[in-house]
Amino acid sequence: MAQKLEKKHLLAIRWFHWINFPLLFLMIWSGVLIYWGNAVYGFKLFGYELFHFFPKWFYETLNIPFRLAEGISLHFFFMWFFAVNGLLYVVYTIFSGEWRALIPVSGSFRRAAQVALHDLHIVKKLPPQGKYNDAQRIAYTSVILMGFGSIVSGLAIYKPTSFAWLTAIFGGYEWARWWHFWLMILFVLFFVVHIAQVAFAGWSNFRSMITGYEAVKTDDIATIEEVPPIEEGAKI
Amino acid sequence: MSEENLKIVEDEEIKTEDAEIAEAKAETGKEKNTAEILGEKTRLSVALSDEKARQEMKKHSRRGFLIGGAAAVFGYLGYGWLRKPESEWIFKDAFRFNENVSRLYYSPKNLAPEFSKEKISADRVNGGEGLSENFNAAEWRLRVGGLANRADDLILTLDDIKALPRVEMTTELKCIEGWSVVVNWAGARFSDFVQKYPPQFTKYVSIVTPDESYYVGWDMPSVLHPQTLLAYEMNGAPLTLPHGAPLRLASPTKYGIKQIKRIGRIEFTDERPRDFWAESGYDWYSSH
Repeated sequence: MAQKLEKKHLLAIRWFHWINFPLLFLMIWSGVLIYWGNAVYGFKLFGYELFHFFPKWFYETLNIPFRLAEGISLHFFFMWFFAVNGLLYVVYTIFSGEWRALIPVSGSFRRAAQVALHDLHIVKKLPPQGKYNDAQRIAYTSVILMGFGSIVSGLAIYKPTSFAWLTAIFGGYEWARWWHFWLMILFVLFFVVHIAQVAFAGWSNFRSMITGYEAVKTDDIATIEEVPPIEEGAKI
Repeated sequence: MSEENLKIVEDEEIKTEDAEIAEAKAETGKEKNTAEILGEKTRLSVALSDEKARQEMKKHSRRGFLIGGAAAVFGYLGYGWLRKPESEWIFKDAFRFNENVSRLYYSPKNLAPEFSKEKISADRVNGGEGLSENFNAAEWRLRVGGLANRADDLILTLDDIKALPRVEMTTELKCIEGWSVVVNWAGARFSDFVQKYPPQFTKYVSIVTPDESYYVGWDMPSVLHPQTLLAYEMNGAPLTLPHGAPLRLASPTKYGIKQIKRIGRIEFTDERPRDFWAESGYDWYSSH
């Protein structure tokens, strides 16, 4: 048996990913500091509120109250880094060709359903895939759309007069705020599922997001002597 | 074998985890998977012995975790430094930067939406700073400083403001806390006021309450916005004291904190005026 090293995650992608992680966290955290000032959303069913964002213990445990000014200053500072990092990521995936590994096609939704059934241990067979399965493709593309939605709905709240047309697209100022909030909840849900999936996938997969490489088994025979010296100083 | 000289093979064939599935697909399958449809490529090294692969992975791991760990420590320390009281200027500068960006696309032609009167919200009073109790509306006068061709304040009455063209608008007042209400305002356009009483200084306007305990600073472009009113009526009735009688600012170009109630003095100035909430860490510009 031999192994091949797969260069799974390009260096730039890894940086975009790991820079985004604390930035998204800070955007959510500062956003919650701001949200406290007018905490109006909840899960409602038939007019009855099942859960209100957020319960008192949540605010108290995390020391959220009366930090609106701080939240605003953090939010309107880190927004630039969040947006620029996200934009660079999208541009990079387009020009590097990585988009081929990331976007779904029409058949993806059916295959993603099969992936879900597999992950729930209902079926054994996993549909063939590239680097990411089709559920991942949908998730990783959705999260980019969510980021875009957060930025534009944020802009619609931030500048509702200068960008009145944008605010109008969201259905007005209050609806733009509604979108901005629920997109944040979606990000949190994505995060929870993402972490769980990474945990299930194991160490080798996680490590590849840091080192870039993952070793894969191959039936090819390892013939070190035959490796062509591609570059000077090759140590193979 | 380092990252640079590792032979990366652009493999047209997609790696499949399960060889059986691949076989089954080859038999039955005309159907391509997503990776094939989009022409995804994998980057694979040549086949390595298990030992060699282990060594290579170890090398990459050491490098990756060292750099990653250093970046994490750097980020953590950087954030700690950013949140120190002496780093506060960074966030103030960021507000200023955002303001400069906003001013690039600011235009008095961008108007806030206006609503029909049926959309007017229930009365909501918020903020009593500057509204001290010993106030005699009958004796109230508006003082105006920084006017062209005079050094002292001009003293005006409410009738002087009412002599300017009366404008009505039903717009959304947005509080910096996050809520908003639709309000019908009537008053004079600030731009008409500026035209009638030309200022000597044209960069900023400082507006304070008679007791000087609440004060806001405005940039001139926002002051001259057609929806910035010196308002004396609200929802079809004269302003009440809690809403800022006899004269207040009403404008959908800035948050409610900037729409000062009970105006005592207006001063045109070229120096950035102090601002009550900006002094508590809020955005001085606070513009929509």
